[in-house]
Amino acid sequence: MAGTEAKVRTLRDVPVGDSCTVSKLNGTGALKRRIMDMGLTKGTRLRVRKVAPLGDPVELSVRGYELSIRKYEADSIEVVDVRSDKD
Amino acid sequence: MTDSIYIGLAGNPNCGKTTLFNELTGSNGYVGNWPGVTVERKQAEWRANSSVTFVDLPGIYSLSPYSPEEVVSRDYLINDRPTAIINLIDSTNLERSLYLTTQVLEAGRPVVVGLNMGDLLASHGDKIDVEALSRRLGVPVMQVSALRNENLDTLVNAAIEAGRAGVPAQGVKCFSPEVEQALEKIAGIIGGTCAPELVRWYSVKTFERDADYVKALGLSKGQLAQVEKAISAVEKERDDDADSIITSDRYEWIADVIAEVMVKAPKKLTTSQKIDKVVTSRALGIPIFILVMFLVYYIAISTVGTNATDWVNDNLFGDGWELFGMSMPSIPAAVEGWLTSIGASSITTSLVVDGVIGGVGSVLGFIPQMFVLFVLLCFLEDCGYMSRVAFVMDRVFRRFGLSGKSFIPMLVSSGCGVPGVLATNTIENEKDRRMTAMLTTMIPCGAKQPIIALVMGVLIGGTDAWWIAPMFYFLGVLSIIVSAIMLKKTKPFAGEPAPFLMELPEYHLPSLKSWWLHIWERVSAYIKKAGTIIFAAAVGIWVLSRFGWATWDGGTGAFGFLSDMPGAGDDYLDYSLLAAVGNGLGWIFAPLGCDYWQATASTISALIAKENLVSTFGALYGLGDAGEGDPAMWAGFAQMFTHGGVLHVGAMCAFVAFNMLDAPCFAAMGTIRRQMDDSKWFWFAIGYQCGFGWLVGLMINQFWELAVLGNFGFWAVVAFIVLAGMLFQLFRPMPDYDHTDDKVLSDLSAEVA
Repeated sequence: MAGTEAKVRTLRDVPVGDSCTVSKLNGTGALKRRIMDMGLTKGTRLRVRKVAPLGDPVELSVRGYELSIRKYEADSIEVVDVRSDKD
Repeated sequence: MTDSIYIGLAGNPNCGKTTLFNELTGSNGYVGNWPGVTVERKQAEWRANSSVTFVDLPGIYSLSPYSPEEVVSRDYLINDRPTAIINLIDSTNLERSLYLTTQVLEAGRPVVVGLNMGDLLASHGDKIDVEALSRRLGVPVMQVSALRNENLDTLVNAAIEAGRAGVPAQGVKCFSPEVEQALEKIAGIIGGTCAPELVRWYSVKTFERDADYVKALGLSKGQLAQVEKAISAVEKERDDDADSIITSDRYEWIADVIAEVMVKAPKKLTTSQKIDKVVTSRALGIPIFILVMFLVYYIAISTVGTNATDWVNDNLFGDGWELFGMSMPSIPAAVEGWLTSIGASSITTSLVVDGVIGGVGSVLGFIPQMFVLFVLLCFLEDCGYMSRVAFVMDRVFRRFGLSGKSFIPMLVSSGCGVPGVLATNTIENEKDRRMTAMLTTMIPCGAKQPIIALVMGVLIGGTDAWWIAPMFYFLGVLSIIVSAIMLKKTKPFAGEPAPFLMELPEYHLPSLKSWWLHIWERVSAYIKKAGTIIFAAAVGIWVLSRFGWATWDGGTGAFGFLSDMPGAGDDYLDYSLLAAVGNGLGWIFAPLGCDYWQATASTISALIAKENLVSTFGALYGLGDAGEGDPAMWAGFAQMFTHGGVLHVGAMCAFVAFNMLDAPCFAAMGTIRRQMDDSKWFWFAIGYQCGFGWLVGLMINQFWELAVLGNFGFWAVVAFIVLAGMLFQLFRPMPDYDHTDDKVLSDLSAEVA
């Protein structure tokens, strides 16, 4: 796979408009469970829709709905297969 | 037919559950909190049959052990055993909604699923095969519309029927084979320790190592070791932890179901996404937000709302009013006339007119303003804009440990603290909710404006200095920020910052009916408060201020109703119980430079409504009805803080600051009590507000005395220590609290049952 060899990418680094696939969740306890409960499980494809006007949080499209997540939380989600497909 | 039936309503936030509940019950039920938490609990009878009671569970996404909403929901399902459960689903969000459904199905109760918002789904061009879905879930599924009251009775009847039949939902076999095998093994081990219909639930929860349920089972050490072996074998095979395996498997099963039952139209931008392209965009997000908030503030606080409230206060409870050219007397005047005509004693007349109508009336006068405010806020909440507000503002509030959702209560509190505290209901995180309810009344509300105007008059002899009022707002905002940062580092509020993952629901127009019910729910809570707490408090303060010892020149010295005693003058308040209490408590305010009984007495009467501070001063100084704009009033107020010809501005500001930040009026305190639903938390909140206000007052007074007059004494030292303490608490790093997760156990075999 391309793009995974150098450094681990987290959801925080995914540019607006790009899609990616969740590869690993690094959080623990309430944070990790909540992220999974909202549908961000391993293998989930999602798209970063926009950043809030003040730079945080970010808005995602996942499992057919819109989810707001803080960059701090996004940082605990490792992603692969980042692509800037237009859909 | 006489046995009562309880039906639990479960579903995600924004799935239309509240609308469903209101349609079914008319919202005349019980609204309170779940025991021990600040989560709203609603319960009411069915309109069609009063032996059926609906319990509206909080909107949740999962039944995890982490949030109080989820814990009360699962405790209700597992421990209270409702007759049946209705699981309402937002059809446009089938995938995520079914995640909760798979968990509800395991609760061992009969379940019926309602697919809501089918019209919205159809407008996207998507379709759901209801029969296929019902087959996969193993329970009845039907399409309903909560908004238009379609099929709701059918849904409820299906639930009643399922409940009567008493066949619990079997739960779906949604996990991968190795997990299902492990679950079977666990079921065998725990079999005898729980009700047969709950074996599936307990097996899954034990697999997740959910502390609550593992402990409830009371397994032996040997059994726990066996269970642990089964779990860790799967964890090793999947190279993941049990919690994640369960969640992933559920979503994978759901993806499979969706593929079978749903026909999706090609993706295009929904209306909601189009609106959001503008409303939360980088360039326009903030301007639109400011515009919306300005409109809410302008309509509710500056114009319509305030005018309506002023009209009620000035006419209905003031000087009388005109109706089609006829002059109508005000309520107090009419009641007074009526009481006199039937020959009531002056005590009775005073109690009813000054005590009850005066006290309760000053509170009821705020209803029109609150109504206007809630018309606007409920609309913003119901249409989906509130979560966008949180999205836009989160960055600002996160800085001091709160979330974007704390903004609305604070904005509302600038009008009135009662709806402000009520508005904290929309904050998901319980710690944030408590903290916001505690701090939001520090923002100067409408009733505090006369106090601000009074200070303005004294300081600069006019009411048009534009910079003084903002100073007090600044004091309020600063106090909230400082308090939030300090409190976040204390035990009750510390710990992991709660995850802030928030759904941005689709925009939709609320129906008039649900909008109205939402408004009414909020306003009626306030009216009930005025009828109980405020009524009692108003009578209490009336007794304090009207009764006392006639020890004036020529008085008898006896205890009684003062204005009826021989020789009583306009200054009878000086001899009242209130004066005695004021004298007795004056020492508390000595370090603030205002240890006069008048200051204490007016602080007490301001607890009915903050603007009473000014009218009490008027009465105490024999100024009658002089308002805050009257120079005589300024002189009287200034006189209290003048010693040896020097006006102690520091003491005056300290006194005002204390009154701005201390415990709010009884109405707001009652609302905080209701919101906290716990007397410990309530007293903590009130104690903190008063303590913080006192400390701020202490610092203002002592530092002014030192800087301007060069006075230095014991209390100045204390003030410096307080300042140092606050700075320390503000800037010290977050103390390291215990991070261990007590909700999910790490190793069952290490856990001695």
